Amino acid sequence: MPEPLLSLSGVHTHVGPYHILQGVDLAVPGGGVTALLGRNGAGKTSTLRTVMGLWRASAGAIRFAGLEITKAATPDLARGGIAYVPETMSVFSDLTVRENLVLAARAGPPDAARLDWILTLFPALRTFWSVAAGVLSGGQKQMLSVARAIVEPRQLILVDEPTKGLAPAVVANMLAAFAELKRTETTILLVEQNFHFARSLADTVAVMDNGRVVHAGRMAALAADDGLQRRLLGLSLDSHQ
Amino acid sequence: MRFLRALLSDDLPRSRALSAILVAIFLGLLFAPFLFSGSQALNAAAKILYFVVLAASYDLLLGYTGIVSFAHTMFFGIGGYGAGLALYGWGPSWSSVAAGTAIALVLSVALATAIGLFSLRVQRIFFAMITLAVASVFAILASQLGWLTGGEDGRTYQVPPLLRPGFRLFEGEIGGVAINGRIVAYYLLLVTALVLFLAMLRVVNSPFGRVLQAIRENDFRAEAIGYRTVLYRSVANCVSAAVATVAGVMCAVWLRYTGPATTLSFDIMLDILLMVVIGGMGTLYGAVIGATLFLLAETYLQTLMGAISRATEGIPLLPALFHPDRWLLWLGILFIGSVYFFPAGIVGRLGRDR
Repeated sequence: MPEPLLSLSGVHTHVGPYHILQGVDLAVPGGGVTALLGRNGAGKTSTLRTVMGLWRASAGAIRFAGLEITKAATPDLARGGIAYVPETMSVFSDLTVRENLVLAARAGPPDAARLDWILTLFPALRTFWSVAAGVLSGGQKQMLSVARAIVEPRQLILVDEPTKGLAPAVVANMLAAFAELKRTETTILLVEQNFHFARSLADTVAVMDNGRVVHAGRMAALAADDGLQRRLLGLSLDSHQ
Repeated sequence: MRFLRALLSDDLPRSRALSAILVAIFLGLLFAPFLFSGSQALNAAAKILYFVVLAASYDLLLGYTGIVSFAHTMFFGIGGYGAGLALYGWGPSWSSVAAGTAIALVLSVALATAIGLFSLRVQRIFFAMITLAVASVFAILASQLGWLTGGEDGRTYQVPPLLRPGFRLFEGEIGGVAINGRIVAYYLLLVTALVLFLAMLRVVNSPFGRVLQAIRENDFRAEAIGYRTVLYRSVANCVSAAVATVAGVMCAVWLRYTGPATTLSFDIMLDILLMVVIGGMGTLYGAVIGATLFLLAETYLQTLMGAISRATEGIPLLPALFHPDRWLLWLGILFIGSVYFFPAGIVGRLGRDR
């Protein structure tokens, strides 16, 4: 079996006095979507932040594309091919939509063909091209946030609850965009509360609880097993049905 | 129009009112020696020139990068002392000005780099405190090293002959004004201020400037898309320090005097802060308007109040209220009013009402 693109083994993270991640083992195979599920406070966002170097792992090892990245600095990880879409619609509100995307391209202007492709995924961004990102709606900000992560090809995209608080039509747009992105063989690690959204995209799944991964396997298997869903996801499943 | 756009780095003022005010300020400064008579007016105009540069360079830090520094007058002072002491020690020649400026720039950038690398990693409030400490040490040094700096009295010196009042550029007058060395010095300041301002406008509208704005808004996000924020902050700190240093040189050349009160005092630091806040943070045009308004108020409020006081003679209470001695009270009221009515600064307000 080939080495996964991203792997965490026995990762612990402390934030201040709190012991948040308590030995996370996770493997994200290359070229597909892995969903990271679990109730609020299970440690999903902390896992993404730790991978991205925004919080430091206090123990354990993180490997990405064959390299140990446990102690790597955030900007180096971004340059090394990992993009991060935080859950808080992380646009730069004083900059225009265009400037937000140019900023993310880092080395000069973004590739025109790729930009065109992104704007077909999120047509709303074309309409507001020269508008300050701060005045966009929540859904448009989320689109810009995702667009910024993919403005250049990346090996791995960490996405934190992209559907949180969005209207159904925007969720559908987001789903179509991720499905299209998946076709390009980009690896996505998706944190999601919306099980149906996660189910329609993910190939593999990991479920977290209390700072650990308590289940990992094929998404199809979890989707077909009502009992397992109920046991692992409990209320968080019901609340989204 | 295309030329103007290129000159202003595609960052045109966002409203007609704002453009009109800026054009008025520019024309006023451009023709100041011919429009207003007397040395007080020319001194005020020259002071506006170097304070526009100083306030704009501070805005680069505060408004564009979100760094609060109290060491800005230190860099201004380094420029002032650099040029001033060189002119004092090595004689009134252009090479003294050049050497003094060069030494001051090297010292400023080195200090800014050291402060930046040591302390831009820490939380912003600690950075502010560290700059305050370094600036205080520098001010004490300037006053203690009397043999070099002249202590509290400062140094008075001659400037190159071209810039002296006795110099005549040519015989005869333009619009009734003899073109002497003071006017040459004024235009030297004007050109320097213009070039520096346009250069700063270019910096903030470059990709580098966009990264600074991104860092100001959220440094974690900027890191997450691959920018080393400490590096960018340090470079911004150095650029801002270098420009403030040149503003100090402008001040030293204009005043023909350098001392703690004109360059290093904490009052100046507060003035710069007020200029930037009143004008509007994060827009260099705000620094122009803030500095102009502030210095005009500081220079002419007393005269204006004297006039009002005389005009209202006979009406109870009013003459006393507008007595020139109360000018500081009115200056304070003006500032409170401007912050209350223009919380985003004057430019922020005008830009919105387009």
